[in-house]
Amino acid sequence: MSMEGKKAPRAEARDLCVHFGQRAAGFAKFTGRRAPVVHAVDDVSLEIGPREVVGLVGESGSGKTTLGKALLRLVPVTSGQVLFDGDDVSHSRGDQIRQFRRQAQMIFQDPHASLSPRLTISQLLEEPYRIHRIPEEDRTSVAHLLETVELSSELANKYPHELSGGQARRVGIARALALHPKLLIADEPTAGLDVSAIGNILNLMNDIKDEYGISYLIITHDIGVVEYIADRLAVMYLGNVVEVGPTERVLDDAAHPYTRALLSTVPKPDPRRKDGHAPSLLPGEIPSPKNPPSGCRFHTRCAYSDNGLCRTVMPKQEWVDESHAVYCHRWRTVRG
Amino acid sequence: MTESVVKVRDLDLVYQSGNEAFPALSDIELEVGAGEVLGIVGESGCGKSSLSSALLRLLPPNGRITRGHVFYKDLDLLEIPETRMRQFRGAELAMIFQDPLTSLNPTFTIGTQMRDVQRAHGGGSLSRAQIYRRSVEMLEQVGMPDPEDRLRSYPHEFSGGMRQRIMIAVALMLKPGVLIADEPTTALDVTLQAQILSLLRGLCKEEGTATIFISHDLGVVAQICDRVMVMYAGRVVESADLFSLFDEPLHPYTRALLRSIPSRNRRGSRLVSIPGRVPSLSALPSGCKFVNRCPHAQDVCRATEPRFLDIQGHRVRCHAYDSSSGFRDAGVVTADRFGD
Amino acid sequence: MDARSATGVLGVLRRVLARPSGLFGLLVVATLLVTAVFAPEIAPYSAGAQNIVMRLQGPSIAHLMGTDHLGRDILSRIIIGTRVELGLAVPAVLVALALGLVVGVAAGYLGGILDDCMVVLMDATQAFPAVILGLALLALVGPSLKALGLVIAVAFSPQYGRVARASVLKLRQEPFIEAERALGASNKRIMFVHVIPNIIAPLFILSAMNVPSAIAIEAGLSFLGLGVQPPTPSWGVILNDGFNRVREFPWPVIWVGLVLIITTLGFTLLGESLRDTIDPRLAGTRGGA
Repeated sequence: MSMEGKKAPRAEARDLCVHFGQRAAGFAKFTGRRAPVVHAVDDVSLEIGPREVVGLVGESGSGKTTLGKALLRLVPVTSGQVLFDGDDVSHSRGDQIRQFRRQAQMIFQDPHASLSPRLTISQLLEEPYRIHRIPEEDRTSVAHLLETVELSSELANKYPHELSGGQARRVGIARALALHPKLLIADEPTAGLDVSAIGNILNLMNDIKDEYGISYLIITHDIGVVEYIADRLAVMYLGNVVEVGPTERVLDDAAHPYTRALLSTVPKPDPRRKDGHAPSLLPGEIPSPKNPPSGCRFHTRCAYSDNGLCRTVMPKQEWVDESHAVYCHRWRTVRG
Repeated sequence: MTESVVKVRDLDLVYQSGNEAFPALSDIELEVGAGEVLGIVGESGCGKSSLSSALLRLLPPNGRITRGHVFYKDLDLLEIPETRMRQFRGAELAMIFQDPLTSLNPTFTIGTQMRDVQRAHGGGSLSRAQIYRRSVEMLEQVGMPDPEDRLRSYPHEFSGGMRQRIMIAVALMLKPGVLIADEPTTALDVTLQAQILSLLRGLCKEEGTATIFISHDLGVVAQICDRVMVMYAGRVVESADLFSLFDEPLHPYTRALLRSIPSRNRRGSRLVSIPGRVPSLSALPSGCKFVNRCPHAQDVCRATEPRFLDIQGHRVRCHAYDSSSGFRDAGVVTADRFGD
Repeated sequence: MDARSATGVLGVLRRVLARPSGLFGLLVVATLLVTAVFAPEIAPYSAGAQNIVMRLQGPSIAHLMGTDHLGRDILSRIIIGTRVELGLAVPAVLVALALGLVVGVAAGYLGGILDDCMVVLMDATQAFPAVILGLALLALVGPSLKALGLVIAVAFSPQYGRVARASVLKLRQEPFIEAERALGASNKRIMFVHVIPNIIAPLFILSAMNVPSAIAIEAGLSFLGLGVQPPTPSWGVILNDGFNRVREFPWPVIWVGLVLIITTLGFTLLGESLRDTIDPRLAGTRGGA
């Protein structure tokens, strides 16, 4: 593409760890009480390129939401780095972080709960400009923002609770767009929506991407969504990224046993699939992030785990091919 | 053709608010045989939760069933007194919900709760040993490790998946003829969901329990159901066996639903979405309730409500399939098949 | 009924008026406020107009509530007294609200050691019975309206502080707070624009219910001679004057007693009605696009 060499990715996590409860745990050692540290995100490295849509999937306890928030510095970085356009923002404060906020925004999971209840839609959409003291002439009008998300300007004087879930979600998107960010992180953008409304939101997100050249990180547990819209797919389990690569490659040729199990258990609206294709049911349940298993965190439920390496050593990044990475000691066996 | 365990006919339900009566359910018809799983699919506001409440007669004070029959093995549940109905609930008619934490009493051990359910329906005829044995047996059946030990634990000591299994155990403990499952896996992780669905299907087939599985997720329904019923605005708009519904959906709403599910096949193209919103109960259009959102709507659709037709076992409520309705160029609708 | 009116001021008003207790409360409070504001115009006589000849008369057409031991019209004194009472109680309670709000929000939002200190401070203040606190302070500085107001404000502020703090702690977890942070909002902005407006409603309701308590404290202290000093006609003073002769001439005590009861009932019922109508206000629609 370019002769100048690889440009810095839009957003990047490098060996990122986010642990909660450190201080309490430290104090607890002193008092002798138990205060577990939650290893929400551990040693995660992930890149999001310009104009790229990365899908981040995982189940509860996977740390996907925490990773998303860490990339926006909404949670503190315990160790490792968070970079944006090449700049290290891991420990920025004050003005530096305020500038960063103009470039990377979040669309929150619960559409109503993320809108301040006592402000009108119009006031909510003007908040970003007020916060950053942006002069009138550089602001996008409320009407225009609403139009971008296909909402009528009649909603401008309403309050969040007067809107439907879908409308509130669009307002959240409009607000996130107000500062013309380069990166949008969408946390479960389709959760709670009726099936018939999901199409609307995804179409809208695609249109926005095309028009404004925005990168997306889409955090979801709905594989169908990432199948449809993501360029690359990253799978997380208990705080680690276990596999990442171009969407179609990962779907067709998953190398990690968890990814394979996950993909096979997703219920598809296709009645024949269940007959010819028994899902590989994972035994047991997801362990608690307060007490993750040693070595490879998936080994307690993995059909391929040997009792040596998998139990003791955390797998390092290995390449299935130039763009498809996996974190598994036995991936070659898994792929057969 | 198995004999029906549950048969609903002409069921109407209204909610009273001040002087107005809002029709939450109209003309509901369904049948479930022993060991059969009927899926009820619909989006928010379609009435599926109202239907499950109506079947168990657990309606809020302002809810009234104004017409119809709910037959459980030849007995019309709408005609029996509440005292008798209470005997049925829990024993013959069981229900499991979406959130097991709120369905289990947090201040009692699960052993106590399982014992209480048995006592409430068995009266004094069961000995303590029998009750205990049945509880352990059920927990084993739902795949709970160390069941004897776990009977002494409290609900909050279990994970979400385990709690859902406990709920299933309690529901099936008295070998009910009917199980109503209202979004039982919606709050669970997908790998856990697969386990629970497999368990549920296995147990119901084994015991011959007639199961009504309510969900908004067509994918889940495809995995577990034998027959499917689609609801919209309080009405059944389509009802067929599983393969027929997915292979050849007849109703425009069903088709639009199936087309709007994001998946790999649709990469690169825009997703179909249904314009407009589900009409609120206070502002239902006359005629067909889907008229304002249907790509094929005609005058007759605005004027009268379509009949619930039977086309070789595949039932649909749409004028396009009714030769006597006056719908013009029905070929357009029938040709608009689902297929990609 | 359109959604906006359901939560707007008019909507709330309508619902409060729909219940008999709310209606009563609103009427009483409105009457008292009007009386307080227009007291000199409403009162048939001036508060100090003595007429010894007419002293200790029972209720008559000229003096609807009778006259006191100096021939002053009791009704007029009570009316002027309303201005004194509300003029003291309402500002004092509002100051308590402001004080408690600042402390509570700071404690709840900023957390940490500041929070711990504030909580201890609030607990300590609340542990003191207000009347004793008042007695001590007034004994020190000498009785005056200002000192009394201050005592009441300080004594009541921990209640507001605790409610504010609890509300803030709950609100802090809300996604919209995080959303504003994600936009780059400063802590100050979040506290003033997003937190305070969302927690202030219960505080106002609390203040409505506290006004009668403040009045009662004044009445009590003035009755003991430590509050408002005669000839200023506060209800407590009238009580005090009347108490000396209560056996032969009970009217002042009876009238003030009645007025105190109605005032307390009115404010309390209004506060409760407001609370009942505002609390379950959780309108919301979900589902479609």
